[in-house]
Amino acid sequence: MASLLDSLIELIRRTSAELPEDVNAALVRSLEAEKKGTIAESALKLIERNIELAKRKSQPICQDTGSVIFYVECPLGLDQLAFEETAREAVQQATKKGYLRQNSVDSITGKNDGTNTGPGAPAVHFHQHRSPETNIRLILKGGGCENVGAQYSLPAEKLHANRDLDGCRKVILDAVLQAQGKGCGPGILGVCIGGDRATGYEFSKQQFLRKLDDRNPEPKLDALEQDILKTANELGIGPMGFGGKTTLLGVKICAANRVPASYFVSVSYMCWAYRRQGVTLGADSQITGWLY
Amino acid sequence: MTTLTTPISEATIRALKVGDEVQINGTLYTGRDAVHKYLHEGGQLPPEVNLAGGLLYHCGPVMMKQDDGTWKCTAAGPTTSIREEPYQAQIIGDFGLRGVIGKGGMGDQTLAGCQAHGCVYLHAIGGAAQVLAECVTRVKGVYLLEQFGSPEAIWELEVVNFPAVVTMDAHGNSLHREVFAHSQAELAKRL
Repeated sequence: MASLLDSLIELIRRTSAELPEDVNAALVRSLEAEKKGTIAESALKLIERNIELAKRKSQPICQDTGSVIFYVECPLGLDQLAFEETAREAVQQATKKGYLRQNSVDSITGKNDGTNTGPGAPAVHFHQHRSPETNIRLILKGGGCENVGAQYSLPAEKLHANRDLDGCRKVILDAVLQAQGKGCGPGILGVCIGGDRATGYEFSKQQFLRKLDDRNPEPKLDALEQDILKTANELGIGPMGFGGKTTLLGVKICAANRVPASYFVSVSYMCWAYRRQGVTLGADSQITGWLY
Repeated sequence: MTTLTTPISEATIRALKVGDEVQINGTLYTGRDAVHKYLHEGGQLPPEVNLAGGLLYHCGPVMMKQDDGTWKCTAAGPTTSIREEPYQAQIIGDFGLRGVIGKGGMGDQTLAGCQAHGCVYLHAIGGAAQVLAECVTRVKGVYLLEQFGSPEAIWELEVVNFPAVVTMDAHGNSLHREVFAHSQAELAKRL
């Protein structure tokens, strides 16, 4: 699977070094909106310079190249075991080339063998579809933003959050408040209402596959997304938590069914270094198109 | 814009206040989760590492070994500092640090440690790994590499015009505390 290997290494390189166009555009808008002469403006200018430099040098936008998460849409019959093996090899080679940091640590011994692979690393999620194409999306999610993710179980008494969309709004905004500074803002929220503890987080992260400028087809969730984005940007947290106008670049929310006893709201946070890219592969595993 | 050159005097540090933008010249030592726990538990610094009057950088860089055996720093932004809150004040005092560089700010214990010992918290721009790596002109050494792995090792970096913002000063002021209180009050009005 030599050409699949090459295609995956190229996907990793581009994801690590180049932000997708929709994220770039949102950051440019936030720089234009920020008050001149503030440290928030300085921070965003430096971020802009960083994005340009990373692309030009083909080096990581952020040194924390994060958890490596592949989402694969594949035709029936794809050899998933062989794919995973190639994905591991691609991660190892991309690490040697400096597209990824040596970022995978054995949780029992504390050792980092430098290969960037091990149990659960990289993560590969497969979804079959009835189409001959294979689409591979990749997210590199840094630890700083991963650490500020939060899962709420409603009712959440201290936050006066009941089991309804207003309760969801309260806990999601609490997550924004608590994340300030720590996850590199301006950030993006991926949220799942419902599900169990595992699927809640899983679906919340899948929201990061959406483009920033799309709209939620479910009107109630769309309204909630717009409301939380507007409210969060009125709080004055700003880039890096320095104070300022843009706290969030986007909010993406989905819903999953729950059991009657549980009502989870799972919030994943993505930093401004929103590394998301995807490719479509042709029959010979060559890249035939970019998805973002 | 204030220029800080290592080693830094206590008077220079005490003259800084929250909101000041600085650029740093001289030597930075990286140290993050594993190093803080190690020092807190009584681990010894290698003799080459002298933190007195110096700056500790919460950073796990991307480092590429060159054919001649030297290292090149290819990405070097800050990591989230709050994880070192249980250890930081002690390490500031024990080793005579004048500054801690990281992102996201730190808590009350570190703020008190800064005030007591004459130290500041310098906020670098999170995620700006390329701009900050360009400020690294030389990798002067690496310590505890085998034990902790590359991101967690102590890297000795020579830097020129490394940009940061004072967000916690030596007078008990913290931008992070201010912004949190303000945003919490603003949120309360909107619930």
